[in-house]
Amino acid sequence: MKKYSDTGTKDTRSGFGAGLLELGNSNKNVVGLCADLTGSLKMNAFANQHPDRFFQVGIAEANMIGIAAGLTIGGKIPFTGTFANFSTGRVYDQIRQSIAYSGKNVKICASHAGLTLGEDGATHQILEDLGLMKMLPNMVVINPCDYNQTKAATIAIADYDGPVYLRFGRPKVPNFTATNAPFIIGKGDLLTEGSDVTIIATGHLVWEALKASEKLNSMGIGAEVINMATVKPLDEKMILNSTKKTGCVVTAEEHNRFGGLGESVAQVLVTNTPAPQEFVAVNDSFGESGTPTELMVKYGLNADAIVLATHKVIKRKNLFRA
Amino acid sequence: MSHDNLQAIVSQVRRDIVRMVHAVKSGHPGGSLGCAEYLVSLYFKHMNHQPKNFEMDGIGQDIFFLSNGHISPVIYSVLARAGYFDISELKTFRKLNSRLQGHPTTHEGLEGIRIASGSLGQGLSVAIGAATAKKLNKDCCFIYTLLGDGELQEGQIWEAVMYASAKKVDNLIAAVDVNEKQIDGSTDDVLAMGSIGAKFKAFDWVVIHVTQGNDLQEIDAALTEAKGKLGNGKPVCLLLQTDMGNGVDFMMGTHKWHGIAPNDEQLLSALSQNEETLGDY
Repeated sequence: MKKYSDTGTKDTRSGFGAGLLELGNSNKNVVGLCADLTGSLKMNAFANQHPDRFFQVGIAEANMIGIAAGLTIGGKIPFTGTFANFSTGRVYDQIRQSIAYSGKNVKICASHAGLTLGEDGATHQILEDLGLMKMLPNMVVINPCDYNQTKAATIAIADYDGPVYLRFGRPKVPNFTATNAPFIIGKGDLLTEGSDVTIIATGHLVWEALKASEKLNSMGIGAEVINMATVKPLDEKMILNSTKKTGCVVTAEEHNRFGGLGESVAQVLVTNTPAPQEFVAVNDSFGESGTPTELMVKYGLNADAIVLATHKVIKRKNLFRA
Repeated sequence: MSHDNLQAIVSQVRRDIVRMVHAVKSGHPGGSLGCAEYLVSLYFKHMNHQPKNFEMDGIGQDIFFLSNGHISPVIYSVLARAGYFDISELKTFRKLNSRLQGHPTTHEGLEGIRIASGSLGQGLSVAIGAATAKKLNKDCCFIYTLLGDGELQEGQIWEAVMYASAKKVDNLIAAVDVNEKQIDGSTDDVLAMGSIGAKFKAFDWVVIHVTQGNDLQEIDAALTEAKGKLGNGKPVCLLLQTDMGNGVDFMMGTHKWHGIAPNDEQLLSALSQNEETLGDY
């Protein structure tokens, strides 16, 4: 089976910062807005090199969303930056009316998503943002898995005309996707091939899915791991092609099991070729303070949880077949 | 355009408003009637714009954003009468498959509308963004927006008011329709705001009072003054003291016509008070 190696841990938010800086140099219409979290979002380099195109809005996220919508009228491509919680739930109606319904070309860039925000606790650990954003008509929702992919996705969304939600995180995680691999919106990446189970993961859970597939391989279970960075629009073809072969699915995400990637995958399956599915996700609860690793263990969002879910789903597949 | 011509347009716009709302038995006539003079003055005298070649980006043109989107009848009428789209389309207002949605939207591609509004409090932020884009594009045209006074109860407005002065957004004129009424009653009864002018001044805006917000000459003078004050590091706030329901006697002086339609008899009375000057749609 294909092996992936960690080329050095890096935070996905730094991938965003690097991508934004590159865009700043290549596309004069790209502008940045930030609600008092410039350092946390890694937007400093862009702000320093392009001060005329960087707007510090203060702790006023609703206003930031509206200003971003207005900047598109005049041809600008605004990238807003704040934590995922303040990028979505706090400003949902502003996004809904001024960006999504109005069809504005705004890129809502959200860091510190999910449990891995860590010690700050549940007030800041949004686990509902993928659901909130995917429900908005025409909103593209992307949750890349590592530094390289976050950088590539940041660059790619500038060329897409329409609203995008780009979700990334705080902790340093293995960087394993190819440097400078182009990011294609709506396209999954088939990372490993196998015939026993399809593991569809997004964001930080993709590396965990790869670790799980190695463990499963040593037990004689062939796992097909798909990196589903684009949660919406979903790469239905890849899901169906893989499931045709494996007959069962495990989805994995740093999100509530309600509203996330797993639900979207389930909808594809039941409306095409139904298959047993297990959900590695937070079980309808808020998070809490702790280190990212501790939290991922406690809430069942790691390689071990994916292995367990795989055993469960294969058992069910075999029951159905019998 | 002469004062008499503008007054004639206002009269026709008032007819359009009450006819549109009457036809579908829904919509918001009160605030629409109260803002007829201001929007006619903007679109037929003060704004530099191109109704026939509508482009979303509005480069080289002044741009207006309606923040209090429920007064859609007045903006639809003014846009149609200015030539953005055919006046016959006014008869589709609020009907199925219409571009003239209950609240304005870009979704249906209606010329002249650049942002959806209706959920209150968002238009000033959008206007600031568009004003900032103009500065980045070295486009010296202006951005206008209109807010309701009740709308000022939304917190986002004050985020935007703070930002506009702090960041010297001085190519922006934000008018507030001070009719002192909202759905549940007078603004003082619902949530008293004290002196709106003092609040904007405290946030370091230039404030211009228009004590007769339904008087074309006073509006004209105020807009001329407001434009003259732009470019000096401060945004400009125009406080328009209007009568909700102005031009239709039985709708004036009450909040009750905020969001209800006249019946057949009331329509005839309203039309008799406003001469058909440009031809009904």
